[in-house]
Amino acid sequence: MTAPLLTLSGLGKKFPGVVALDGVDFNVRAGEIHALLGENGAGKSTLIKVLTGVYEADVGSIRLAGQPISPASPKEAERLGLSTVYQEVNLVATLSVAENLCLGRQPGRFGLLNWPALRRHARAALARLGLELDVDAELGSLSVALQQMVAIARALDLQAKVLILDEPTASLDEKEVADLFAIMRRLRGEGLGIVFVTHFLDQVYAICDRITVLRNGTLVGEYATADLPRLALVGKMLGREIIAPEHSPLRATTAAGPVTAPILSARSLSRTGALHPLDLDLHAGEVLGLAGLLGSGRTETARLLFGLDRRDTGELQVKGQSARIRSPRDAIALGLALCSEDRKTEGILPNLSVRENLIIALQARQGAGRPLRRSEQEQLCGHYIRALRIKTPGPETPIRNLSGGNQQKVLLARWLATRPALIILDEPTRGIDIGAKAEIEQLIAQLRADGLAVLFISSELDEIVRNSTRAVVLREHRRVAEFSGDAITAPRLMQAMAGGHQSHE
Amino acid sequence: MSPALQRRLPLFATAAVLAALYVTAGLRYDNFFSARVAVDFFTDNAALGIAAVGMTLVIFSGGIDLSVGAVVGFTSIFVATLVEKHHVHPALAAVAALAVGTVLGAGMGALIHFFRQPAFLITLAGMFLMRGGAFWISTDSTGLAHPLLQRLSLWELPLTEKAALKMSALVLLALLALGGLLAHWTRFGRNLLALGGNESSAQLMGLPVGATRVAVYAFSGLCAALAGLALMLNSGSGNPRDGIGLELDAIAVVVIGGTLLSGGRGHMLGTLLGLLIFGVIQSAIRFDGSLDPAWTRLIIGALLLGFILLQRLLLRRLVRR
Repeated sequence: MTAPLLTLSGLGKKFPGVVALDGVDFNVRAGEIHALLGENGAGKSTLIKVLTGVYEADVGSIRLAGQPISPASPKEAERLGLSTVYQEVNLVATLSVAENLCLGRQPGRFGLLNWPALRRHARAALARLGLELDVDAELGSLSVALQQMVAIARALDLQAKVLILDEPTASLDEKEVADLFAIMRRLRGEGLGIVFVTHFLDQVYAICDRITVLRNGTLVGEYATADLPRLALVGKMLGREIIAPEHSPLRATTAAGPVTAPILSARSLSRTGALHPLDLDLHAGEVLGLAGLLGSGRTETARLLFGLDRRDTGELQVKGQSARIRSPRDAIALGLALCSEDRKTEGILPNLSVRENLIIALQARQGAGRPLRRSEQEQLCGHYIRALRIKTPGPETPIRNLSGGNQQKVLLARWLATRPALIILDEPTRGIDIGAKAEIEQLIAQLRADGLAVLFISSELDEIVRNSTRAVVLREHRRVAEFSGDAITAPRLMQAMAGGHQSHE
Repeated sequence: MSPALQRRLPLFATAAVLAALYVTAGLRYDNFFSARVAVDFFTDNAALGIAAVGMTLVIFSGGIDLSVGAVVGFTSIFVATLVEKHHVHPALAAVAALAVGTVLGAGMGALIHFFRQPAFLITLAGMFLMRGGAFWISTDSTGLAHPLLQRLSLWELPLTEKAALKMSALVLLALLALGGLLAHWTRFGRNLLALGGNESSAQLMGLPVGATRVAVYAFSGLCAALAGLALMLNSGSGNPRDGIGLELDAIAVVVIGGTLLSGGRGHMLGTLLGLLIFGVIQSAIRFDGSLDPAWTRLIIGALLLGFILLQRLLLRRLVRR
């Protein structure tokens, strides 16, 4: 085995209150494509930022081709030979392809640019990737995939030894992914070490030679792709032992179908780069668990249902009526509610009081012309503080002073106050303590008993198993399995999430 | 349409508008198609054009400079007062004024960059400071009596029998050439566009974002001070009221020239065309005699709106892809 090109050993990085990386080792060899995998909070992005000089590691060492390095800035990292291409293309859309390839290192003399040489240089850089583009075209007029390839061409221009691709395929279609892979193989053949971050396991197995898995800031292990079956990989990412697949048939036994018409039904709901056409029905009195790995399309589904993103195709029906949901306002008016996964930036209004945070959705639905009376507000607030056991010194306390779990309860109350027929909970238990988790779960059961339809999104399989009456599994933006009742078990969910040859889809 | 052509679409639109205005006016008014009239486009708008060169580069970078009109007024009264009241040599006074403009610009650029302040606010403060400074020096205008200044003020470079370029117009042409060179043939100019197009990308590409930003405001300050000198020479006196509202005209010239106000895309040639549009409209109204001068502003307003909408449409096409 060749000596690694890039060696990270014992890397550690702490942020206030969080250990982002704890003694992580990571090796990349020349001429290999190495997948870096992990779920939320695994430490992938911190690791990449240390490599690219955005962060400095607290402990540990980095060696490139045997030499110790400690890049202090992205520019220095590039100079050393560590180039990174991010999911959002970090180029200038209003300039031409040639300029983007040459910015900061344009050829010229006496301080003046040599445009013919610049264009030649740009064409040569693209030719290395087998690309033929009009170098005078404005970058923004190209597809995201081509922009990404221009970014790769720029990165390689700098005598790169290691190329880091941070989720480059997140918004590409299959053809574009195939083109990108062709380029990656070509570069692997040239002896480059490629670090590939992705959420798509199919892609990992299609192109990667080795896999490193991180979880909660620690190294789970490094594996040759051929030696690690999908199911084992998912188990490592989720931190679960692999249980032998059950002998019961994988296709779930459908429990007695609900007799009621669905509250919400979606038909071939899709959005390019976010979700392949998806059918989904939600009935009153059920909790539909939506399971899948990070990036599988769970949050995207919620956003499309709620009108936050525009769908490319698809019909929505609410209570049997064709529904026109083009904005959250439309969705709220139809009795939908969404508790977003990002509580801090998409949920709470930190400086406003518990009362103000609680009434805002209801007030918005009523319109500013009909203010809720103060006494109504206080009554509502008192009711929910008691009903959800929100621990707060009082209704006028700023919400930022509450614990995460109690903030989450206020957000739930905000939506419950609008008396929705359907509530979408996107990772409602993330970042809150165990006691509060249990209370939220109780509350979900209560909502179901009250006849609401609940769409419950969670990364924790056990939560899906415990709380769902029905569960749908997404993989790579597609619906791949559905289970109901007792058929919802962690091993089955995991197998569906892992996909591959074990999948019965 | 080829991509390169499409990128130049705003520029072609400006050129088409200019040609249409020029031909219409020429067919309507006798002697409009003469070298003298054409030269006047430059002489009459020398200060505006010089300031617009600096403004173009600032707008390339995604910024704005509201202080230029006030710097013009300050320079005008500052130099006139130094020369006429304090008997400082005109060359020394001019150099001092250019230094003031440049240092002010650099200071504003540094505040904008290092304290992450909006350019609008910082340069608004600069505008008040400089206009206040101008009135503090003198509230009245001061005539230029110094022989050197008088000679410069009257000096002309003869082109044809009737047409001659004044000093101010020469400075304008030189600056347009310099600005074009900076914008399109140096790393500095391309860095400005990169900065205006996407600042975080520019940073990640390792471009010298801070130095570029400080330099472009310094250059704009220098241009504004030069504009002040040009205006002073053209009018033969220093006046603290010179250049009121000039910054807004300069912004209009730049935007009509097809440069994107939010930065990242534009061409110095467009600024020249925008300036000529200004000149043609003004001259046409003067030729007509019966038209109210207010029409200059009305037409400029309409053109400005038209160009902003055109850019919006082009941008939307880009974004949709």
